[in-house]
Amino acid sequence: MSSSLSSDDVYAGLREALIGLGAEQEQITPAATFEQLDVDSLDMVELAQIVEERFGVSIKGSDVAKIASLGEAAQWISDRA
Amino acid sequence: MDQRPRLAAAITGVGAVSPLGVGAPALHARWQQGVCALADGLGRCAELHLADHLSAKQARRLDRFSALALIAGAEAMAQAGCAEALPCAPERFGCVIGTGIGGIQTLCAGQDAIRERGARAVPPLSIPMMMVNAATATLSLRFDLRGPSFAVSTACAAGGHALACALSLLREGRADAVLAGGAEAACTPLAQAAFSALEALSPSGRSLPFDAHRDGFVLGEGAGALVLEHPERARSRGAEILGYLRGAGSSSDAHHMTAPRADGASQADAIEGALRDSGIDASALSYINAHGTGTPLGDRIEALALGRALGADAQRIPVSSLKSAIGHTLGAAGALEAVATLLALRARSAPANIGLAEPDPDLALELISERPRPLGDDRQRPLLALSSSFGFGGHNVVLCLEA
Repeated sequence: MSSSLSSDDVYAGLREALIGLGAEQEQITPAATFEQLDVDSLDMVELAQIVEERFGVSIKGSDVAKIASLGEAAQWISDRA
Repeated sequence: MDQRPRLAAAITGVGAVSPLGVGAPALHARWQQGVCALADGLGRCAELHLADHLSAKQARRLDRFSALALIAGAEAMAQAGCAEALPCAPERFGCVIGTGIGGIQTLCAGQDAIRERGARAVPPLSIPMMMVNAATATLSLRFDLRGPSFAVSTACAAGGHALACALSLLREGRADAVLAGGAEAACTPLAQAAFSALEALSPSGRSLPFDAHRDGFVLGEGAGALVLEHPERARSRGAEILGYLRGAGSSSDAHHMTAPRADGASQADAIEGALRDSGIDASALSYINAHGTGTPLGDRIEALALGRALGADAQRIPVSSLKSAIGHTLGAAGALEAVATLLALRARSAPANIGLAEPDPDLALELISERPRPLGDDRQRPLLALSSSFGFGGHNVVLCLEA
């Protein structure tokens, strides 16, 4: 797994995954919270699986609580990729 | 013996997704028209496009059997006037959905994922999608039904048992209304191969209940749902009452895992139980919607059971099987057949056994063939019918419907 993965790259991947999970495209912005995107805990376990497969980063439920927005999530994953 | 009629459940909404189409009106009209919806040896809901009915999130999160239940359940709730607001406290509205197998498509997909990509590739929602109570939970969540809710699983009798359970909840005062039915989506290679190995499936791919040339059942998929209410509450809120679930009888063969008891005695017990529970005599029946799967043994035992339970009336009352039009929808069958029976009684017209060309001469039944049979001689008098379901495991349930 590349350690030079930028948060923009991760954000693009998250955006694609969220669309696949049924989130409204126009609502997906870096400032959007998972709650605003109607991403609940079941979506989150699916998203975590996608992130692990795609970026090799494992996200636990306790990690999610610390992440406020989609942009922060992209940065958090990018820092660990 | 106590012959007083017990509480009958008012039916205020019905819904159906079946190989004959989406919606209870399609089920009714097309069976009346003599349409057989089987193709390539399967009864698929070919006209259903899930995206027309479900959000992207719902479509991802639901096994097909739950999706079918959601669509049929939503139709029933809308007709009953319960979709926007419940007619009672949510804690008084129950939900009971039967299924034979549950989320078998999810199960198979998860197994494929393990085999191809390893354990960590298993879809995280596999368990809540495949569990047999997923359809019940889906409807409970969708309509905020907070009363008693559970799945019933008695193989091909599950839909019928779900309705019988709902009736019990109303009679016991544990709910004022119940959304009940059955759902199945098992048109999978696994289910086909397994039923075929038991020599239950029709090798010819034709569903010919009670015909001399019947050779097994054809696997179908679908869902049926009914809103059952305490009759006084339904009347007081001004709901249109489509008919009544008058009573139910159930019994067990305790004989063999897949074969019915040879003398039909336990099935007869369920039929007699339904009459007793409804406080009626066989002479009052106008129609029988038979289990009639089209297996050589099953249809013969069912005819025996009807003869045992109904005596001479078994040769008078017209009989047909919905499975001639849509195949065997397993845990959905009893619910779809209850919807079809109710609508047939309301229309005063019993649909035919589709494709019945040579009635088995050994079956002493009045089988409807070629065209629908007019029912009743007086549009004012409510008509009564039985609808039977018999499942693997020896589970028998018979419903008595009035309209």
